[in-house]
Amino acid sequence: MTTDSAALRIRVRFFARFAEVVGREAIDLRVAAPATVADVLAEMRRACPPTDVVPAKPLCARNLSQVSLEEPVADGDELALLPPLAGG
Amino acid sequence: MAFLSEAPLELGPLMAEVQAPDRGGVACFVGTVRDHHAGRGVIGLAYSAYAEMAETECERIVAEAEGRWPVRVALRHRLGELSVGEAAVAIAVASAHREEAFAACRWVIEELKRRVPIWKRERYADGTEAWVDPSAQGGTASLRGGKPG
Repeated sequence: MTTDSAALRIRVRFFARFAEVVGREAIDLRVAAPATVADVLAEMRRACPPTDVVPAKPLCARNLSQVSLEEPVADGDELALLPPLAGG
Repeated sequence: MAFLSEAPLELGPLMAEVQAPDRGGVACFVGTVRDHHAGRGVIGLAYSAYAEMAETECERIVAEAEGRWPVRVALRHRLGELSVGEAAVAIAVASAHREEAFAACRWVIEELKRRVPIWKRERYADGTEAWVDPSAQGGTASLRGGKPG
């Protein structure tokens, strides 16, 4: 069991179709350190169902840069879940 | 630099941004709203973005293009409600010679599509709407649930 002082505070943001289906644009989570993007996704799925619209391996951005699911996260990070891009 | 625009895009100001006496070639690309997608009639669409990241990513793409080729690049992407025929994206690339201008312009639009977090929700002639998913069969995602529409 991790205490709050050892937990990482991560803001998860949803966009476009994800935001529409999940019904919110962001959620603030606490995950035990050390943690990766994948750990944050697992916590997100527990915290705000229904999240089946978010695929198992979504495109993710940590602090404005695309990252892999294995990327470590740090306290205060913003993790964005990006639906398939459709600009241009 | 604001790469995202709620206002209609104009190519003239973008060309003016990059033109110079020593740059003899200007290549431009304008992507406009098509009236059809995957066999369905499109009457309009809405673009939305993860604005902070989209601005950052556009800035990176312009810097990378200007590092790879001896060019100057101007880039804008529209957000909000658009009608058929309106410009969604506009790019102007100036260089001393056409070869670099064409190459960089092509590279910029492909990188934008691949990297910039922008989403498109199309409105169809039959009254329905859908998020466009270029990776999905049929090109759209249903508004609810996980299967392509």
